[in-house]
Amino acid sequence: MSAAASIKARRGGLAARRAIIGGLGWAACGLALLLVIGPLVDIVGVVSWHGASAFSVKLFTTVTNGTAGGLLNAIEGTAVITVMAMIIAVPVGVGAGIYLSEYGNNKLGSVIRFLSDVLTGTPSIVLGYFSYIVFINALGWDFSALAASITIAILIVPYLARITELALRQVPNAMREAGFALGASEPAVVFKIVLPGAASGVMTGALLALAISVGETAPLIYTAGWSNYLWNGKLTHEPIGYLTYVIWTFIDQPYAASHALAYAAAFIVMMVVLAINIGVRLVVRRGKAV
Amino acid sequence: MGAVMKIKPFRLSLLGLSLLIPAALGAVVLFLLLYAGQAISFNGFGFLGGVNWNLGNLYSDPVMTRGVQVPSGADYGILVFVVGTLLSSGIAILMAVPLSVGAAIFLAEAVPGTIRPVLSMLVELVAVVPSVVFGLWGIAVLIPLIGTYLAPSGNGYGLLAASIVLALMITPIIATTLLDALLRVPRENRESAFALGATHFEVVTKAMLPMVRTTLVGGIVLALGRAMGETMAVVMVSGGAINILPHSVFSPVSTIASFIVTQLDSAQSDPTNMAVRSLAEIALVLFLITLAVNACAKLLSSGALNVRSRQH
Repeated sequence: MSAAASIKARRGGLAARRAIIGGLGWAACGLALLLVIGPLVDIVGVVSWHGASAFSVKLFTTVTNGTAGGLLNAIEGTAVITVMAMIIAVPVGVGAGIYLSEYGNNKLGSVIRFLSDVLTGTPSIVLGYFSYIVFINALGWDFSALAASITIAILIVPYLARITELALRQVPNAMREAGFALGASEPAVVFKIVLPGAASGVMTGALLALAISVGETAPLIYTAGWSNYLWNGKLTHEPIGYLTYVIWTFIDQPYAASHALAYAAAFIVMMVVLAINIGVRLVVRRGKAV
Repeated sequence: MGAVMKIKPFRLSLLGLSLLIPAALGAVVLFLLLYAGQAISFNGFGFLGGVNWNLGNLYSDPVMTRGVQVPSGADYGILVFVVGTLLSSGIAILMAVPLSVGAAIFLAEAVPGTIRPVLSMLVELVAVVPSVVFGLWGIAVLIPLIGTYLAPSGNGYGLLAASIVLALMITPIIATTLLDALLRVPRENRESAFALGATHFEVVTKAMLPMVRTTLVGGIVLALGRAMGETMAVVMVSGGAINILPHSVFSPVSTIASFIVTQLDSAQSDPTNMAVRSLAEIALVLFLITLAVNACAKLLSSGALNVRSRQH
């Protein structure tokens, strides 16, 4: 009787201990999630607070003057570099994605895919340094919009290729076969059936690549240089400003006006990047909704 | 296709476009190698083991050493930056793993399915915040906190700040990898563990986590590769160290990536170009390290697929 009672008591103790461990475990996991999301909320809060309070009409209409003034040159420079990088990268990335999806189920396709992954994993500063020694040093372009755009293009092409490939693979084979059965040529099937069918996926890839190029800094430092003036349209031999430069250099200045510019630049960059990423995810999720 | 290969211009032009990607990668490696060539022969193996990075006397005539022109007294060693890279990303991994495992478990098992997409999107968004914005937050929030409450010197810049920022940046990589894997664990495995009388937490830790272990390790290695190559946030909060190894978590450090950013200006003042060449050699070292780490991650994740297919 007493032995049975003690076993029961021990079992009760064990169950209680297991329940307590479980409770503590869940609490720890919840805390971990808070510690992951908390800093994001704080980053958005701090940057928005300081950034939005630095906003003024002058910010968007005047150029930087030393470490004060406005951001017009930096905003324009980021736009120029991003657009030129997209002009270079989108045809290559989408073309590569088409090849990998439609004709890349072979050894060559796997090799390209693998090397593309290697390029994705290459630190962006390594790409920046490569551009510095090739475009700035060897070709003598000086800090310039073209050197910066090519560097960013190299950075985003593998993403574009991968996302395009994944999007195109979602298009059912029956649609391709229907096209071929109607006598369509390979280009017609790709451009009139497969690409339109995967248009939203390809757009997603392009937008994410755009977000990456707006937020990048390291590959631009030794390719774009910096300029206080508006871009004069020269592709080479003319440095160009960009927003992320303002963030990492102006915050180290001892002046409140410089800090305000750094926060304003960070706010603009962060908002563009977050808006694109949230928008894309919402659209993709709605598309997938069951 | 038949015995005779038809030439298909459409396919060929697409192939040409996709070959530009390997070509770009090849160009990066080739030109870094060519440019670093003289530095590699000058520095030898001492490059990796040397603590001192000394540009030499840039104002006296260059001297001929080991067959190349260098400033007198020039000595390039990168041990400090290799150690800085390994320490900062190692500590970042130590902090990020428990956080991301906990967060992924909570998202997979404790959160109602209706709000899971919102919370997991927030975790994913952490990964897209630009590095330079993380650095700005580090300077504005983290550095004062560390300086006031932790660092004996009152200076918050250093190894700890760099590791914390890196940890936050890589947490989503591990967490989303693990979350996807946990959500794919077959319902039968969960339910049989419940049927044995396991508590919910025991089901997760003893039945589900062991199944996704390889995927988890793959995610961790991938995150390690990312942390090692991360540049701007580290430049902004690490304090920057040269010629001295870190002796505590509050010591200033430089990583390979942050050193390249901060040193090019002074390296350019070397008339023999040997310093700029040595920086190219550093960039190559960083490329090789991240390549090795990423290759490990790739092997691990393909291994994980094999395990899964065997279980079915």
